[in-house]
Amino acid sequence: MTKQILTIDGNEATASVAHRVSEVCAIYPITPSSNMGEWADEWSATGKRNIWGTVPTVIEMQSEAGAAGAVHGALQTGALTTTFTASQGLLLMIPSMFKIAGELTSTVFHVSARTVATHALSIFGDHGDVMAVRSTGFALLASDSVQHAHDNALIAMAATLKSRVPFLHFFDGFRTSHEVQKMFGLADDDLRFMIDDDLVRAHRSRALSPDHPVIRGTAQNPDVFFQARERCNPYYAACPDIVAEMMDKFASRTGRKYGLFEYVGAPDAERIVVLMGSGCEPVHETVDYLTAKGEKIGCIKVRLYRPFSLKHLMAVMPKTVKKIAVLDRTKEPGAIGEPLYQDVVTAVSESLAAGTAPFGVMPRIVGGRYGLSSKEFTPAMIKAVYDELKKDAPRNHFTVGIQDDVSRISLDYDPKFTVEADDVFRGKFYGLGADGTVGANKNSIKIIGDDTDFYAQGYFVYDSKKSGTVTVSHLRFGPRPIRSTYLVNSAKFIACHQQVFLEKYDMLADAVEGAVFLLNSLSGPDEVWDTLPREVQEDIIRKKIKFYCIDAYKVAAETGMGLRINTIMQTCFFAISGILPREEAIAAIKRTIEKTYGKKGEHVVKQNYEAVDKTLANLHEVKVPGKVTAKEGRPPAVPAGAPEYMRNVLAKIIEGRGDELPVSAFPVDGTFPLNTCRWEKRNIALEIPVWDAEICIQCNKCVIVCPHASIRAKVFTAADVKDAPATFVYTKYRGPEFGRDDLLYSLQVAPEDCTGCALCVSSCPAKNKKEPKFKAINMAEQPPLRMRERVNFAFFLTIPEVDRSTVKVNSVKGSQFLEPLFEFSGACGGCGETPYIKLLTQLFGDRLLIANATGCSSIYGGNLPTTPYSTNREGRGPTWNNSLFEDTAEFALGFRATLDKQREFASELLLKLKDKIGGDSVEALVHADMTAEGGIREQRDRVAKLRKILAGDRSAEARNLLSVADSLVRKSVWGIGGDGWAYDIGYGGLDHVMAMGRNVNLLVLDTGVYSNTGGQCSKATPMAAVAKFAFGGKPVPRKDLGMMGIAYGNVYVAQVAMGANDLQTVKAFLEAEAYDGPSLIIAYSHCIAHGIDMSRGLDSQKLVVECGAWPLYRYDPGRAKQGLNPMQLDSKAPKIAVEDWAYTETRFKMLTKMHPEEAARLMARAQEETMARWRLYEQLAGLDYRKAGN
Amino acid sequence: MDLTTTYMGLKLKHPLVSAASPFTHTLDGFRRLEDVGIAAIVMHSLFEEQIVGEENELNFLTTQGTESFAEALSYFPRPDHFVLGPEEYLTLISDAKKAVKVPVIASLNGVTTGGWVEYARKIQQAGADALELNVYYLATDPFQPGEVVERNYVEVLKTVRSQVRIPVAVKLSPFFSNLANMARRLDEAGADGLVLFNRFYQPDLDLENLAVWPNVELSTSVEMRLPLRWIGILYGRMKCSLAATTGVHTVEDALKAVMAGADAAMLCSALYRYGTSHVATLLAGIEKWMEEHGYSSIAEMKGTLSQRAVAEPAAYERANYMKTIQSFRPMV
Repeated sequence: MTKQILTIDGNEATASVAHRVSEVCAIYPITPSSNMGEWADEWSATGKRNIWGTVPTVIEMQSEAGAAGAVHGALQTGALTTTFTASQGLLLMIPSMFKIAGELTSTVFHVSARTVATHALSIFGDHGDVMAVRSTGFALLASDSVQHAHDNALIAMAATLKSRVPFLHFFDGFRTSHEVQKMFGLADDDLRFMIDDDLVRAHRSRALSPDHPVIRGTAQNPDVFFQARERCNPYYAACPDIVAEMMDKFASRTGRKYGLFEYVGAPDAERIVVLMGSGCEPVHETVDYLTAKGEKIGCIKVRLYRPFSLKHLMAVMPKTVKKIAVLDRTKEPGAIGEPLYQDVVTAVSESLAAGTAPFGVMPRIVGGRYGLSSKEFTPAMIKAVYDELKKDAPRNHFTVGIQDDVSRISLDYDPKFTVEADDVFRGKFYGLGADGTVGANKNSIKIIGDDTDFYAQGYFVYDSKKSGTVTVSHLRFGPRPIRSTYLVNSAKFIACHQQVFLEKYDMLADAVEGAVFLLNSLSGPDEVWDTLPREVQEDIIRKKIKFYCIDAYKVAAETGMGLRINTIMQTCFFAISGILPREEAIAAIKRTIEKTYGKKGEHVVKQNYEAVDKTLANLHEVKVPGKVTAKEGRPPAVPAGAPEYMRNVLAKIIEGRGDELPVSAFPVDGTFPLNTCRWEKRNIALEIPVWDAEICIQCNKCVIVCPHASIRAKVFTAADVKDAPATFVYTKYRGPEFGRDDLLYSLQVAPEDCTGCALCVSSCPAKNKKEPKFKAINMAEQPPLRMRERVNFAFFLTIPEVDRSTVKVNSVKGSQFLEPLFEFSGACGGCGETPYIKLLTQLFGDRLLIANATGCSSIYGGNLPTTPYSTNREGRGPTWNNSLFEDTAEFALGFRATLDKQREFASELLLKLKDKIGGDSVEALVHADMTAEGGIREQRDRVAKLRKILAGDRSAEARNLLSVADSLVRKSVWGIGGDGWAYDIGYGGLDHVMAMGRNVNLLVLDTGVYSNTGGQCSKATPMAAVAKFAFGGKPVPRKDLGMMGIAYGNVYVAQVAMGANDLQTVKAFLEAEAYDGPSLIIAYSHCIAHGIDMSRGLDSQKLVVECGAWPLYRYDPGRAKQGLNPMQLDSKAPKIAVEDWAYTETRFKMLTKMHPEEAARLMARAQEETMARWRLYEQLAGLDYRKAGN
Repeated sequence: MDLTTTYMGLKLKHPLVSAASPFTHTLDGFRRLEDVGIAAIVMHSLFEEQIVGEENELNFLTTQGTESFAEALSYFPRPDHFVLGPEEYLTLISDAKKAVKVPVIASLNGVTTGGWVEYARKIQQAGADALELNVYYLATDPFQPGEVVERNYVEVLKTVRSQVRIPVAVKLSPFFSNLANMARRLDEAGADGLVLFNRFYQPDLDLENLAVWPNVELSTSVEMRLPLRWIGILYGRMKCSLAATTGVHTVEDALKAVMAGADAAMLCSALYRYGTSHVATLLAGIEKWMEEHGYSSIAEMKGTLSQRAVAEPAAYERANYMKTIQSFRPMV
């Protein structure tokens, strides 16, 4: 049997087995498991068959709960069914899992284990989710590595078919799911060898069928439920042996031997560690290293965690064991210890009592936590655990890998301790997301994995932001399987693909002596040295680093590659590292180029070939001078004037040193201050807008569309700018809005916060009449402007904000004089969503509560280190929380319920305290008119006065009133999320909240896909568009969510597209907020997942409205009471065909390149559907409400 | 009545050929043209920019934002294969060849000798009967001598010629210092046909938006004068075929083209203005005219009004200029 070598990640390794042994996959995207579903979908879409020769059916559901329900149904009707999920997704499956297990149904769920959101969300890996389902009755089988995940996917399937116990196969999110490793692939025949078709048929025979009907899922009473529940015991008792049997069978075929529990280490070990998941790998590595030095230590790797087999655990337990540390990758607050610890304690004590333990004396057992949310777990930390066990009274319930200066339970460790062998290549590559570094490194790993005898490993660390992102690739190659499941921290090769990163990250700190450093620099070999920061020069000299440079941008420009320097830097890496002979490496690179780009055309392939060929001539070794010449060091991550928390905590995270922060640096409950993005000056724009005051018509359209609040307008008086810097530009204010003619106007860019997306320029309607190629704002290179505009922007911020009560807010121009309280987010450059949120904060930010669904808006809105929400000068601003993906509308309703209750309570207390406060004041406070800005301000003044009156009053009523007094001022409650939330997973809640009639506003940032998880299809995806899980084009039209809201009759509904009609957007937001009832705004948001040039996003919005696919309307139930039609159609009848919009976007166009006839068919249907909908809207808007007698 | 003609060695049942146009974007378009009796079909052009640009665009738009953010390492599914513009075009050729019996002449539009010319070979492989090379090059660089432009035409032709065996026509621009010389050089470089002329679409200006407006206007019969003159001048001096295009709308236009010396008269605007059934109207009109005027074949008529054949050859040249000017009387 030939071994098939694959160099792939854990998700692909798992899915490749799962897909081949399934008939139905019911899926739903969630990081980090989404890729498994995507692989399954792609394979089925391209006709890849399972081992029985049929193509598995892949169904995307509306949530994980839905997926689990569909899995349950498919299983009950006899299909071999699987699903892929993680974290909250797995938790949503719990009810179905109890059912599936209770019915002894064979299935395998594949889980890339991920942290469950608590004080914060985290997409990274730990066992919190898996531990939360350990009581469901599913068997839990853990994998340590990519190879193991591949193998266990099969072993689990074989075991579930025989045992009838459903299996949850899990591996660590990101660390295994996204780690690329060289491994041996299982062929279809290997799968057939393991899967007993008789058992498959037996599974089918148990299915529900009207041809041999049964009833399952009955309701039972106290008399029998208990007994019936116990009936499954023999199956659970038999399960461990069946798994062992399947592992043996697997070993007989592949030579890879696994056990339920596996022991590695000294046969006479006295100290052992017990754990499961990817952490087993570095423990194994450390045990090998330390036992070679004579230490009597060992490790037990837990594979089958449920059913937990005492027999099998004791079989591997060395009889010499005296101390055991059980490590859990989860936290269970309030428990005696974490789950695995408790299980091991129980197992050992029970076995000892039963006389089945290999030792006669109870060993000392301690538990510890490690690696939450993919926290690093290194040999240094592992050694600390073994060292702790040396103590007479080792600490119990410790943590390792962090510094806990609050509870003081963390173990100290020596970060310098390493077990990595010299013959293992270790490299770190710092790239810009857009330059393709990660993709090239993935190809490098494949080259080395496939073309050499080396084992290969790649792990990739990404940014928290979505624009101007830095990626760090960690690569290892070596002669033995690589067990180092932690970041490279002693690198032999460091590549910096963007010189600016040298100013931000201490990247040579991890370089070993004699390491190689490769820098992409615009400077040549003779000049580059003087461009390095002082610390970098010092490291190069001190560590005797060999230094190479290349101007990759030059090579890229010469070969038409634009900013994609990936191929060039990859060629440099192979040329310098010598891992492969140079010619061989270049041939291999070209082969991967053909493989990667071949399907996109010969020209792209040739371009890349040319880049490879031109690289070596431009690669230079730099002669390192013996002395440091730099005067400047690395600048601080945030300015000295930043708040203390920003400087001491968040700045460290920005610098990539978050691991160094101790427990005490963090809030107890996940609460963070606002106003942090403004301190992180990212300087990612190559070009920024420059204002031409003479040409400008002061329409403020550029301000409203700016996704990052980095272009702002103000009106002011001459006195406000008397101290302005000489370069600060302003002009006479044009317009009658403020009723005076002495005002001035300025449009100012935030040069260091702008992403350079150019949406502002695209929105500018003013052309230079002498040279129409210029507008009132034009893009210009940022570096020469940076210092000047930094000063100007700082001054601009000191100019007083406009008096809100004087602004004509129901206009684009007026609304954009209001201060944005959402600024400089990490959203994609040119994001179509963020302008809506920014507008929301301008209109109502000082009284705004946001319930935010998980998704893009929760990531750019709330991902550390810095967050975009900010406060005004009075300290007021949006307050924000993200509960879940699915419960946002309900979460917002909860906000409203509190506010209304507190206001009611406050009113009651006011009446009780009427004598003290004064009757007129109480009357004014209770019945204040707060429909306009002025009324809100007056009410705030009344509340302030009330506070003064009650300040000294110690009565319970007065103190209670003070605690709820703020609720007397109008608040604005908004649930915000994407279409994945509103149309799919959260629709039930959204529908319910609309039906409740309470004053909750719901804003749907509709991109038509799950943007945050990489563009999966939602029910908002337009017909004929390609998306993940809609590989062949979305076959049905977008759900008409707006019409569903309209159907209630008492819901304010608006469909808006700022790029098409910004005024309608402003009006809709104002009307929704003013409407005393539920409001739903569906906001078209262009997105990078549409495959468009993001600087043209507004054009996309215009076209989608013009073709009728996105009609603009406002449905205001309040109008009906005035005898007016509530439905106002704000866009004109379609004047272009749907395809005239659609085929400007890759998501539609690519279907014409994949399946031209199907594309044409779907587009024709999309056109018909669009017109049918339009006619319906038109009729609705044409109804005469006077005649109808409303 | 013998209406047959030979264009680039292709035997055509009459001289009316459909010029490169969007009609050929679908197989139905091919069928419709054949059904109305067209003698040959020149396909819409495969553009050099399309070959290069589409690949670049697809690569950029499907990879932007990828491998940058942990939750969204990509934004699109990864199909095994894309049917890109050139491939679609090639498939269309082979499908069209199956769908219609009339000759199918593919059109390749480009200005450099870059890799795109390989598509000439692929076009041949796909089954095209001939290739029309449309060198749509508008020289605007004040520092580029005319000789360089002319040489480029010849080089592009030679490069394409070296790729294929099927006949190759060059669709020419009228903007040369000496068009006759240019035609001769192309003739010698291996052109099987010259198509006169490429109709450079002249952009309009949008006064409201202060922008250039690249709109397309259909041609009129008046515009045929330019090709007519040059076909008349070149007829009998070239080895290769000549085709008239731009402004062929009426029976008279088609007759004039043939009598000036064209082997084929190409229709585009007329088919849009009057519908594809116009072909039948023209054919009937041609036959009627020939009958009335005692011509029994196209061959007999061809070139009878060329410069060589007419009584006043100077009328094709400068001598006629003065006469024309003098004959002009402004309307009052």
